[in-house]
Amino acid sequence: MRIVVVTSGKGGVGKTTTSAAFASGLALRGFKTAVIDFDVGLRNLDLIMGCERRVVYDFVNVIQGDAKLTQALIKDKHADTLYILPASQTKDKEALTEEGVEKVMRELEAMGFDYVVCDSPAGIERGALMALLFADEAVVVTNPEVSSVRDSDRILGILQSKSRRAIEGREPVKEHLLVTRYSAKRVEEGEMLSYKDIQELLRVPLIGVIPESEAVLHASNQGVPAIHLKGTDVAEAYADVVSRFLGEDKPLRFVSYEKPSLIKRLFGST
Amino acid sequence: MSLLTRLFGEKKKTAAIAKERLQLIIAREHVDGKASPDFLPALQKELLDVISKYVKIAPEDIKVQLERQDNLEILEVNIILNETSPPSRPQ
Repeated sequence: MRIVVVTSGKGGVGKTTTSAAFASGLALRGFKTAVIDFDVGLRNLDLIMGCERRVVYDFVNVIQGDAKLTQALIKDKHADTLYILPASQTKDKEALTEEGVEKVMRELEAMGFDYVVCDSPAGIERGALMALLFADEAVVVTNPEVSSVRDSDRILGILQSKSRRAIEGREPVKEHLLVTRYSAKRVEEGEMLSYKDIQELLRVPLIGVIPESEAVLHASNQGVPAIHLKGTDVAEAYADVVSRFLGEDKPLRFVSYEKPSLIKRLFGST
Repeated sequence: MSLLTRLFGEKKKTAAIAKERLQLIIAREHVDGKASPDFLPALQKELLDVISKYVKIAPEDIKVQLERQDNLEILEVNIILNETSPPSRPQ
């Protein structure tokens, strides 16, 4: 079993959108996948996955022994091999104990899960630390914007010092950079950091670029992970991310902008 | 981008400014992250061991600290030798 944390430091960059799409993509490839919301007190993964009305027990209930893991896991509507473990909306953040999280991870492994995707809360406090503690790999979600890049750098430092792998001196957490909310047009015009700039600043291998898109809001409005919105650039970009994660070679898409021709500019385009 | 700005050059693009600022702040924060390097306690202990070979000295008589001034790092080692303590192994 591989544990993947989706993290960023900064809030609002697309961690939950990415966790939902990425976990769904793994499940669509046939892997038995669990996606866990670590944002105790501010759960939202359930809404993004469209299972908010089916939440009975949560992560903290399982840690505290009030429910079995099998009772708390919610089977996804769209992908057969995907399960969601929602965060607690009422409990205290301190309820996420190291031992408790470790116990849940062990149990998931015993249940035959291939992947666990940990949706980290923003910040660098307990929830975020617990989400990355057991990670084998990390997807660092970054927007092409100064505060997000700086916070990603910070979270990378934490991955390299506070993960179990780092503490025990094992092989380090495998890091992946995912640039989201990317506008090729604004990059072309010199108004936005390019994915190459960000990669150069953070020095982490790029796993994908997700374009800024209206589809993301459509997806969250309906509670359908963005990867399911067939034919949208976002869905395809996320599918590419999953392919690259699984070791396939996929060229980057949606990163170049073609200026409209003079004719189009004069007569307008449709 | 108008024809005029293309002909006469223009102000620096904001993305380039962002990159420059990030390069500086990230480099700086990487140094700050190592503000009190973890080798300091070990260094202090080893210094104590070496000095104790020659002079009687208590652990608290050695102060090791790292200071930073702009681009410069200063490793400051203060060793207080008690006047009354004779050399433990005169040379």
